[in-house]
Amino acid sequence: MGRLYAVEIVYRGIFQKNLAKNISRAIVLAAHKEGKPGISFGRYGDSPERNGIPAKAFAIVATDDVTLEEGMAKYEPQEVDVSICVDDTLFKGVESWAWYGLQPINKLVKPGGTLIVTSLQSPETLAEIAHRKAAPYNLAVVKAQPSFSGLWVYKDDHTDVRILGTIAKVLPELFGLGSLQEFIREEWNDDLKVKSAQRAFERVQLYTVQPNQGNPEEPYKFDMPKWTEMREGIAIPSIPRGHAITDPVDGKQGGFKAARNLTFKKYATRTMRPVIDFDKCIKCTLCWLACPDSVFDVTPDGFYDADMLACCGCGVCEAVCPEPECITMINETAFTDNASQWEAWRKNHDEYEKWVHTTIADRPERSHGFRFRGQYEEQVPDVLRIAQQS
Amino acid sequence: MAEAIIQSDQLKQKSVDKGDETSLITGSEAIAVACKLADVDVITGYPIRPYDTVMQYIAKLVANGDMDCEYIIAEGEHSQFEVVKHASACGARVFCGSSGVGWMYAMEALTVTPALRIPMVAMVGNRALDDPGAFGVEHNDALAVRDLGWQLVWVDSAQEALDTALIAYRVAEDRRVFLPCAISCDGAFLTHSQGLVKVPSREKVDAFLPRYNRGDLLLHPDNPITVAPQANEDWLMEIRRQTAAAMERSPQVIREAYQHFTKVFGRDYGNPFFEEYMTDDADVVLVGMGTLSTPVKVTIRQLRQEGKKVGFVRVRWFRPFAAEELAKTLSRFKAVGVIDRDFSLGSPFHSGVLATETRTALYPSAKRPPVLGFICGLGGREVTVPDVRKMSEKLYEAASGKQQPLTQWIGLRE
Repeated sequence: MGRLYAVEIVYRGIFQKNLAKNISRAIVLAAHKEGKPGISFGRYGDSPERNGIPAKAFAIVATDDVTLEEGMAKYEPQEVDVSICVDDTLFKGVESWAWYGLQPINKLVKPGGTLIVTSLQSPETLAEIAHRKAAPYNLAVVKAQPSFSGLWVYKDDHTDVRILGTIAKVLPELFGLGSLQEFIREEWNDDLKVKSAQRAFERVQLYTVQPNQGNPEEPYKFDMPKWTEMREGIAIPSIPRGHAITDPVDGKQGGFKAARNLTFKKYATRTMRPVIDFDKCIKCTLCWLACPDSVFDVTPDGFYDADMLACCGCGVCEAVCPEPECITMINETAFTDNASQWEAWRKNHDEYEKWVHTTIADRPERSHGFRFRGQYEEQVPDVLRIAQQS
Repeated sequence: MAEAIIQSDQLKQKSVDKGDETSLITGSEAIAVACKLADVDVITGYPIRPYDTVMQYIAKLVANGDMDCEYIIAEGEHSQFEVVKHASACGARVFCGSSGVGWMYAMEALTVTPALRIPMVAMVGNRALDDPGAFGVEHNDALAVRDLGWQLVWVDSAQEALDTALIAYRVAEDRRVFLPCAISCDGAFLTHSQGLVKVPSREKVDAFLPRYNRGDLLLHPDNPITVAPQANEDWLMEIRRQTAAAMERSPQVIREAYQHFTKVFGRDYGNPFFEEYMTDDADVVLVGMGTLSTPVKVTIRQLRQEGKKVGFVRVRWFRPFAAEELAKTLSRFKAVGVIDRDFSLGSPFHSGVLATETRTALYPSAKRPPVLGFICGLGGREVTVPDVRKMSEKLYEAASGKQQPLTQWIGLRE
């Protein structure tokens, strides 16, 4: 038996589909320069993809055909040498289309394996966001924003080759820098891309994440029922009705909190979230009406509180809100929990207002959402600045 | 919902028939009468020969005020079956049907019906599939759904058509089953032939056939459920297993239904799954489905006078297939000849569907007689007495050890 190499790419559905495909294909083709056979595929269950839904692509390479076949006997790998995450908001966990619960971003990384992520955050911060893992693993940060490279009108920002250069460094047995550069030259005929790969190769810094680092929370799971436990006729019981909300300050009951799907929470799809300044809210109901996922609960005092377990971060609420800075979409990396904003506002008004002003004033770079289409043009100068700094 | 039930109860009171009446009706009309007696709520129709004879008769019953139902003429077979599927999900007793390529046009709807556990009763007026455009009987139309969870039954007389339709509702709507049931009636020989039929009273039918109760699967605002969502690879096997389990429970429910039928109506069909004719002392037997039973039985009587002990097994329920019982019966004989009014091109030995299933059923038996497949009576061609004589001769040859092709076309110009 030879050696098997498995790499996964965790990406945002549709937005980063082509980027992920380009990377997984390049891994196989670069390794093939060294005579290794390989297979590249997208997770079939993620298709048809929806905007922003966490999705996966895989590249499986081996030193010989028999080893590759042995590896492919389990189609979707259970562990990988390298995990690639092309959007750091996925560090909070990955919830797939189906009802699998939440998977830690580092779940498939082998002990001592490497998780490569494109991010502007420090490895220390990222290590704390990801769930805890029993064995140490390495983190390699490629300084970059979540890339749309390869998607329709979005231009090539070299994210693909920067990640490939990083792989050549952290797992040289898979493919060396020379083979990679040879492949890049053939595939794109672009010396600049060859250079980007080399730069990334030279600049990689590995940060080892220890078992005591990271989010200690047990990610929510869902036990799949036996066939005898399921209702027949493909009939799914509805979600039960919701209940009134209790005001944390005066104990007053009222409003309505919807009981939402317990087995598919959706928040892993979110890359930005609405920050609500309740002082500015005029209770016009538009956010509540327009939200495509019905995430707004009505509070006893008649405000609208977005349930952060259900919000996909589409930004429609911000778009329909008539009050300036009442609802502001902020990149998901700025938050560490899914707690109720209204409760925080009720409990400590002044502190909350301070937090809102700071958060929206110093808002981190926006991520992809349905609303923010002009993003790429606005981001070009930033991307250039990041490239020069790193 | 409750209001609708009260209304239909009142109507039921008004239109009760008194006692059995003898009517001269076709097999199609017998099915229509069964729909009336079963107080079917929603019926859809789209004309195609020979099935259209059922919808014409139902239209007449409705127009004359003899029957109260939602009678919907759809714009095609696909819609026709979709409409009743949804009505059944909402708790309505439904009826639908088609023939030949019409049945095939409804295929998508036919596919989803068993998985959704819709106890629809349908009539297939068996007709050759195009091309060439032809009206005569072949069984390939109904057999096209044989793997999907449809219960399939073949009948050979108008009386049996009526009785089986009532039994079909009873079996399909049993909570242990909740699978659709298609009753196959041979085009022309049954759909267009009038026979004397005992039409039972409404009281008897009410005593036999309980109300359709969809329970927790009822699509209704008071029972909020989602039906038929998209599912990933982590759900399908469990759902398929549920449908399979329902089909596995069906034989017992069929047995109970026939027993109760005999008690209420006084007619005893014996073994529900297949009828045996002169098999007790038979050397060789023929096996077949539908109206070919008449020429086969007549020929057997002739052969008996000549000292040839030929028997006949007429399969009624093709799905569920009574494999063990059939194998037990057939393994007694020296040779078995299966007459298929269908074809299954490229199948093992290029046999018909029933021959292949029969061989499979016999495989686990300690004693396995040779099984010859006969393709006969396609496209409405008659299965004649000489045809049956020829097949019987071949069976005796097989019984004496003479090798011959496992599939033979009988009644073919050659």
